[in-house]
Order: sequence, then structure tokens, then C-alpha cells
Amino acid sequence: MDERNITFMFYGLAVAWGLLAVYAVLLGLRERNLNKQLDTLKRMVEEKK
Amino acid sequence: MRTKVIVGLGLVAGPLLLRNLYVIMFGVPDEMEQGPIYRIFYYHLPAFLTAAICYLTAMVTSVLYLIKKDQRYDAIAVSATETGLAFAAVNLITGMIWGRISWGIWWAWDPRLTWALICWLVYFGYLMLRSAIDDPTERAKNSAVLSIFASASVAVTWKAIEWWRTQHPGPVLSIRTGGVQKIDPIMENMLYVNTLALLLLCAMFVLIRLRQEEVQREIDAVRRYAHAMN
Repeated sequence: MDERNITFMFYGLAVAWGLLAVYAVLLGLRERNLNKQLDTLKRMVEEKK
Repeated sequence: MRTKVIVGLGLVAGPLLLRNLYVIMFGVPDEMEQGPIYRIFYYHLPAFLTAAICYLTAMVTSVLYLIKKDQRYDAIAVSATETGLAFAAVNLITGMIWGRISWGIWWAWDPRLTWALICWLVYFGYLMLRSAIDDPTERAKNSAVLSIFASASVAVTWKAIEWWRTQHPGPVLSIRTGGVQKIDPIMENMLYVNTLALLLLCAMFVLIRLRQEEVQREIDAVRRYAHAMN
């Protein structure tokens, strides 16, 4: 069997898992950022009251 | 409650994906003509099906938004669209890698491939449109209309292999070929099992993304309140 065939199969599987992993990480980072923003805003509003 | 569902989905999807990877690598037989490269197909097709279900969800919730004017439907639509784009990217790139070995080229301007790319670009445009409109009601209304029109590109992509003579392989799932078995049942079952795994993962991503939309709306509300206080 052509060695490139196996190599490209691994590339394909790596891309499939890699893209979904990257998206999961981006979701996690966005979630952390949003929660931080919300906490800061709530604290600011509390201080102004 | 939603956090529990997200954790539950992750606990089911994670092990199932790992188990599927093992079976794809060592359990299913080699395809006679293509060799190992065909194993990409176990991610390529399920990723497309998952993305198509996301886009369909976005279309249905966009219609519901236009009828009921409830922002929750808009939140579901954007969450499903963004997650669908991630899975559609998996579909496109794995297809290119497969094409490089099977056809000798990375890309062919074949109807199926071209429509899959158009579909991805249209939904990417949907996200760009949203980021360009500040008013939440206007944003939801315009993007709902775009999502409904964009769903036509999903239908055309789906039917492209039947409507035009294309380089892309034809339908192989027996549910689409009227019960005709085009691939080994072991391979077909593996496709369904991995589609299930990707759908569970997708549902988890959509719920996380939906929670973020709600936090974003809360941030906007607190900002408006803080602005009114000044």
C-alpha cells in the first residue's frame, strides 16, 4: 500500500479531531471571557449604587 | 440543569468518540480500491450530516423567531449555525485530504464540492452579518431571514450528487439508496455510530454556545442599566 495513503489518512483524522478540539477550546475561552466581563460589570454597578 | 445535560452529553460523547476512533483504525476492514484513506469517510460524511442538522435547526428556529419574536429562538439559531460551521469545516477539509489521494488534486470545482463551499461561505456570512448589526431586534430579524434563504444552499448541496454528474462519490447509505446496499454493512453501521457520536458532541457545543448567548444578553442588559444610571 502507498505510504502516502496511510499518511494522508492520519492527516484527515488529525484534522477532524483537531478542528473540533480547537472549536472546543475557543468555546471555553469565550465562556471564561464572558463570565469575567459579566462579573466586572456587576461589580461596577454594585459600587455605583 | 443545563450544565448537567452538557456534562452528561460530554460523558457519553467523549468515550463513544474514542471507542469509534479505535474501531475505525483497527476494527473495520480496509476498502478494496481506496486503501486506508477511505477511513476519513467515517468523519467526512457524519460531519456533513451533523452540520446539515445544525443548519436545519437554525432554519426552523429562525422561522419561529419571525413568528413569535422570542429572542431565545434567535439564540438557538446562532448557536446551531456557528457549531454547524465547525462541523462543515471538518467535512470540507477531510474531503480535500481524501481528494488529494483519490483524485490527485486538493479541490475540484465539482457541483457537490462547490455547493458545500458556497453553503459554508453563506453561513459564515450569516455570522458576519450578525456582528455588523448592533440592535438585537434588527440583528435577529435580518439574520433569521438570511438563515431561511441560506437553508436552500443546504438542500442543493444535499441533492447535488443526484442532480448533476459529479466527480464526488454518489449516495452510499442504504437509507438514501432505497435499501440498496452499496457498502459493507459493518462500514455502514460504523458511519451511523460515528454520526451519533458527532451529533452528541454537537448538541453539547450548541448548549454551551447557547449559554454564552444568554450571558452576552445579560451583559448587554447590565450595560444598559449602568448607562441609565449615569
